[in-house]
Amino acid sequence: MTRFALLYDAIDRTTSTNAKVAAMAGYFRVAPAADAAWAVFFLTGRRLKRLLPYASINDWTLAATGIEQWLLEECYSVVGDGAETAALVLDQLPPSPSEDLPLQQWVEDRIVTLRGMDPARQQHLMTTWWRGLDRLQRFLLLKLVTGEFRVGVSQTLVVRALAKAADLPPTTIAARLMGEWTPSADWYASVLSPERTDDDRSRPYPFFLASPIEDPIETLGDPNDWLIEWKWDGIRAQLVKRAGAIHLWSRGEELITHRFPEIVAAAARLPEGTVLDGEVLAFRDERPMPFSALQQRIGRQKQVAQLARTVPAVFMTYDILEDRGEDVRALPQTERRRRLEERLEEGRLEPDTPGASGFSRTDDDVDLFGPKAQALETPEYAPTTLRASPLVAAASWNELAARREESRGRGVEGFMLKRRTSTYGVGRKRGDWWKWKIDPFTVDAVLIYAQPGSGRRASLLTDYTFGVWHEGELVPIAKAYSGLSNEEIAEMDRWIRRHTRERFGPVRHVEPVHVFELGFEAIARSSRHRSGIAVRFPRMLRWRKDKKPEEADTLEGVQKLLP
Amino acid sequence: MLTETPAGLFCAAGGFHIDPWGPVDRALITHAHGDHARGGSRAYLCAESSKRLLERRFGSETPIESLPYGESAAIGGVRVSFHPAGHILGSAQIRIEGADGTWVVTGDYKRAADPTCDPFEPVECDTFVTESTFGLPIYRWDPVRHVVDEILEWWEGNRADGRTSVLFCYTIGKVQRLLAELARVTDRRAFVHGMMLSMIDAYRESGVAMLPVESATEQPRGTKFAGELVLAPLSARGTPWMRRLGDHSDAFASGLMRVRGVRRQRAFDRGFVLSDHADWPALLQSVTESGAGRVLATHGHSEPLARHLRNQGFEAGVIRTAWEGEPTGD
Repeated sequence: MTRFALLYDAIDRTTSTNAKVAAMAGYFRVAPAADAAWAVFFLTGRRLKRLLPYASINDWTLAATGIEQWLLEECYSVVGDGAETAALVLDQLPPSPSEDLPLQQWVEDRIVTLRGMDPARQQHLMTTWWRGLDRLQRFLLLKLVTGEFRVGVSQTLVVRALAKAADLPPTTIAARLMGEWTPSADWYASVLSPERTDDDRSRPYPFFLASPIEDPIETLGDPNDWLIEWKWDGIRAQLVKRAGAIHLWSRGEELITHRFPEIVAAAARLPEGTVLDGEVLAFRDERPMPFSALQQRIGRQKQVAQLARTVPAVFMTYDILEDRGEDVRALPQTERRRRLEERLEEGRLEPDTPGASGFSRTDDDVDLFGPKAQALETPEYAPTTLRASPLVAAASWNELAARREESRGRGVEGFMLKRRTSTYGVGRKRGDWWKWKIDPFTVDAVLIYAQPGSGRRASLLTDYTFGVWHEGELVPIAKAYSGLSNEEIAEMDRWIRRHTRERFGPVRHVEPVHVFELGFEAIARSSRHRSGIAVRFPRMLRWRKDKKPEEADTLEGVQKLLP
Repeated sequence: MLTETPAGLFCAAGGFHIDPWGPVDRALITHAHGDHARGGSRAYLCAESSKRLLERRFGSETPIESLPYGESAAIGGVRVSFHPAGHILGSAQIRIEGADGTWVVTGDYKRAADPTCDPFEPVECDTFVTESTFGLPIYRWDPVRHVVDEILEWWEGNRADGRTSVLFCYTIGKVQRLLAELARVTDRRAFVHGMMLSMIDAYRESGVAMLPVESATEQPRGTKFAGELVLAPLSARGTPWMRRLGDHSDAFASGLMRVRGVRRQRAFDRGFVLSDHADWPALLQSVTESGAGRVLATHGHSEPLARHLRNQGFEAGVIRTAWEGEPTGD
């Protein structure tokens, strides 16, 4: 367990994700497969069901140390963690030399055998075991037996580390970690295997990304050469249906399948071997809901079905990458579009069998030794849950420019322009896919609070809060920290330090002097903000040194921007 | 013999205060940390090796008398002597012998070895006034050489990655102890914040061997610190001064770093558990070795220590201090 303890320590002591990934990759390269399998299990947040109650740990700690209950409670009030408190006071028992058992043996031959055992026997074993461990390993043992082991890495970071160790694409690893699995040497070997496995069937294709158009739109030539769609503000995703299983991947290569059961249910009617590219949207009354609604869906792991009733999602598809098992990315855009529409249409005509064989099991909280999680509730979905992003016809760029003005009203960000003859590329390749976004909303607001940035900007005051006028006061409307040049940041930093009115911890209340033109992509009502308004992607467009604070906008003016 | 007054512990028979937190006629000072050595009193008495530090703190016009460790002097109706406390250079326990028995006021102390000061010396007494900054059984210090190895390893790792190592620590005692401990394992020079220079010089003048240092504050603009170790007071954290240090890893050397939650909440990259205070076993050991029947605990976790001692058969209580919260010097 020493090696795993050192890994835990290396992860715990750094806030750098790169350092965490490097530590894990180093571990995965050298750890025996059976140990590494358990390490993946614990690092990805899977837990053993609690084997011992804290009360037992508490009692045995008192017995082993001779400390009185009240004193242990005093210690707990300082430490705030039961396992850590016990490990710290148990430090008075120096570790006796003992064999360093592999993690797998610790878990399989020792820890899980505690379940249901006679308490006197449990106490004997635990107190014998912890005598042979150092402080850190005692802490980990206590965390493991109480089912509270946690470590500060996300599944994505574990995936990155495994991909580094195995020299495989992260998508392959991510796919192989899905579903239900039992940690074992064989399983681990299959995760790192360079061979194609059945699990690889869930893999998405690399996403093709559009570039913002910077030249005048006329430079694109004949509008008839372009396929035009509205640009949606949701989660870019690929829906993969192969071998009877459905996976929904976000562009960040995270699996979001179980966040959107209605999309999975609708996809059950797609033919085998289909991969669709599109946008997950919170969608009601035939228009997108604010992005914050979609964020609720992303954040929710439990009772997804209930939330899906108030915040229904759709998958707005715009491309097909695999059709009946064939990679069709090299076909022209128009041909892919035709096939996409065909498949969606066929799906609608087939008998309604929602949820049939539609789920791959990827429970986030798989409980290896506890009762199996209940089967997911079959969600409700509409036939239109899976739909093709409508095409926009325009005879001229002028006509298209005019229609672009509808964007705000439709809750979209402008247009996507895709060359009709183009293939589906990889990454951000300029020339074939363009986004023609509407200009952002803008507001002139006054700088009212500043606080230090994070990371390398930690010594600079770079995170600003801006206010607009309401009844003679400045009400905070947005936070922004991007858009200024390094010179402007330095100038602002010096000014703020000299003109701080009050400090609340790291936050400085500054004199209301400087006006900034803020840009943002969307605006919605919000009960969580004092101004009653939430804006999306706020950033500083210009430092309006020409404006006085009293010339900044009012809250009433900003409210007029609400849809 | 000693009573609690608004200015701190007072000895009526001798007419002096110990570590008063306001101006008094006559102050006996255990050591040079700010929460024990306050300016403004009319006369001071301290251990001989503390004098240089107090002069730097108060200025040379302040009348400061001193006594070598172990030598006693009569003040009013009592005899007073200073005995090594092992906390920082010149730190002392103050022994007061009078008509109604003998008291020892420890000030801050530790039992772990420290190359910058004389080791703690047990002194027998009837009433033992002990510090209790870390008066809980969770506080138990690892051997110093382990901690120094960790610090060196961290520095080496940052050097390999081209990063600066910024180690926050207290300006009197901790920085000198670190520099003295590091001198045993490396001869590379370290940078220090300009504020620390004066007290480092005072230690050198007292004959303490430490790593060579340069002021990070006085380096020309554009100096690169990548790979270097920079020692700085905690008050420099997050200030514009830090910008010159470039990409860095930061760490804090303190007994507080023993608790993971504290380490995480402060968001240091690393926490090194290195304290100039007594840990739980050292507190209990010192109480026992004093032979005192009565113990008064002060600073930090005084209540739990006193309660524990009462349960062990001691007469024990607490003495309040104006200094609550963070232990200074740690």
